[in-house]
Amino acid sequence: MNNRKRKAGGLSKYSQLLVPLIAILVLVIFNLIRDPGFFSVGLTTNNNGDPVLQGNLISILNGASELVILSMGMTLVTAACGGQDISVGALAAIAGSVFVKVLKSGGGSISPLLVLGGFLMCCAVAMVFGAFNGSLVAFFNIQPMIATLILFTCGRSIAYWINGGATPTVSSPIINAVGSFIPGIPIPTPILIVLLMGGLFALLFRFTTLGLYIQAVGINQSAARLNGINAVGIKLLSFVILGVCCAVAGMIGVSRLGLINHETLLINIEMDAILAVAIGGNNLGGGKFKMIGSVLGAYAIQALTITLYAMKVPSTDVKAYKAVVIVLLVVMGSPVVKEAADRFTKRIRAARRSDTGKEAA
Amino acid sequence: MKKLIAVALVIVMCLSLMPAAFAADDVIKVGVVNNPPSESGYREANVNDFINVFTKENGYDASFFYSIKNDEQLSAARQFITDGVDYLLISAAETTGWDAVLKDAQEAGIGVFLFDRMIDCDPALFEAAVVSDMAKEGETAVGWLLDQKLDAYNVIHIQGAMGSDAQLGRTGALDEQFASGKMTKVVQQTATWDEAEAKKIVESVINSGDAFNVIYAENDGMAKGAVAALDEAGITHGVDKDVIVMGFDCNKWALRELQAGNWNYDGQCSPFQAQVISDMIHVLEAGGTIEGLNESKQVISVEKGFDARTITEEDILTYGLGEDVTVG
Repeated sequence: MNNRKRKAGGLSKYSQLLVPLIAILVLVIFNLIRDPGFFSVGLTTNNNGDPVLQGNLISILNGASELVILSMGMTLVTAACGGQDISVGALAAIAGSVFVKVLKSGGGSISPLLVLGGFLMCCAVAMVFGAFNGSLVAFFNIQPMIATLILFTCGRSIAYWINGGATPTVSSPIINAVGSFIPGIPIPTPILIVLLMGGLFALLFRFTTLGLYIQAVGINQSAARLNGINAVGIKLLSFVILGVCCAVAGMIGVSRLGLINHETLLINIEMDAILAVAIGGNNLGGGKFKMIGSVLGAYAIQALTITLYAMKVPSTDVKAYKAVVIVLLVVMGSPVVKEAADRFTKRIRAARRSDTGKEAA
Repeated sequence: MKKLIAVALVIVMCLSLMPAAFAADDVIKVGVVNNPPSESGYREANVNDFINVFTKENGYDASFFYSIKNDEQLSAARQFITDGVDYLLISAAETTGWDAVLKDAQEAGIGVFLFDRMIDCDPALFEAAVVSDMAKEGETAVGWLLDQKLDAYNVIHIQGAMGSDAQLGRTGALDEQFASGKMTKVVQQTATWDEAEAKKIVESVINSGDAFNVIYAENDGMAKGAVAALDEAGITHGVDKDVIVMGFDCNKWALRELQAGNWNYDGQCSPFQAQVISDMIHVLEAGGTIEGLNESKQVISVEKGFDARTITEEDILTYGLGEDVTVG
């Protein structure tokens, strides 16, 4: 009995991943029926003469990179604060602008050291803005969505001021290596950066109690505080970590094209990031979370976009198609449907048990 | 007490109006209502153009107001009317809601010029409207493309934000070609001005294996995104290469790409309307009337299209927007 209980517990531990997994599976099957070669990956040579991997699978994994990184950070903020940060796109634009500003300060020559400096600088700036958001939420108990509305509104104007020009461009082999391919490595660099970020988070949760503390604060802040957890600090920290995620996403976004357009860089990505967290089965009211769920959710959203592009859906209809699929996904993951599914499986189990009981008799 | 305050206020108001009343006759007071420069590279150039033309040296006393919101623009316009400007120059955030303000201006004897964006109202309410004809920009670009006399036109069409003036205008001419069958639509998709999204769209076409030889992007940024996808897939682009690349807006960096032969065509969307308006104001000040206006009173800005094979250094310096770069 004890054994079975643990088993059931083990299963339900991952049951929240069911929705994003089903979504991805359905998209995969749908695409394979539509075009059996949809996921084939080939090796070509790019215009720099380097071998690179190419195909829809690579496009999805590559294109989702910024969204995946942001949804990782968004998961933590959601879990700790029970609300979402809607300023991530604006903050990424600020971080990207700082990155470009530093690169431009080199007077044309861009050395690896300068790129590193630019990255550290944009991380620092994004962490400060993250801390600003975080302190509004943690100290002043403002709803996260309202607190981050401030930066959401003015963030892109700040990004504009930083460079004083609309779309400054930077071109350098190093930037190209960050946003596209490192010569000799056929995997797009953004995918590698996502793996690195994922690894860092895995280590963070493995070797620190951060994950547990975040859940504790999210479930019951007072109880967490009474147990000696610094709830305010944890909330603040979750926003600072999200700030770092924004900086990394902004840097990738800038490096992809060597261009910062503060108005369009990662525009509307906050909505997709929140959606990824939701599709991943995480409670938007805070508490327990599974980062892998959000990551799968992010890939599902990107896969959907690429599928619509491949289907050549008219540009006026893209959003409508996307909305239909998303409504289905969100309903599928809703508590009501989950409960119904639970009751259904229980009834089947009960029926089976009574069947076996009869046979034994 | 209240009366005293009222009297004091009236005196203050009269005093504040006095400088306007006694202002030298040779200074022309102008109020400019525009969108904020942070909107885009185009707007930045547009704002600077007006600041550079309506200067003290040129005999103007200009005040500027920037907002992306129609109601804020409206109250600013009212304020300019109260301040007693001679001319009101407006690039409206929205096309509606301006009738009352424009009538007030007319009653106050203020000349109104619209620039860049039209307003839905009776043309009698303004002197002239200096605007871009987005549809013509599209026609110029498609005309250039037809002149290339390609054997086949397989076009990837990347659109701007659906419903925007620039998108509608630049799409129209190409849609006609698709409809007539002269050009084949490989894909027509909106990237909502987002460079990274444009790259994804082109990637998906490359992945599907469909043949294409033209990329028609409705602004420079999206063309850059499309080119990034081509570069990653090892597809050559530019003058005498596999794929023709076309963009719009004439950013300096984009014109440098043309100069280097990486792109083929860039269409201008001229943000330079100030000089045209200034010239017309001088005609009115001299007691003349603006001639050659049609019923809608629109003055269409002259807009060019640049070909990578014929573009000159001077073109880039004269017509390029934003910051200059070197392209390898």
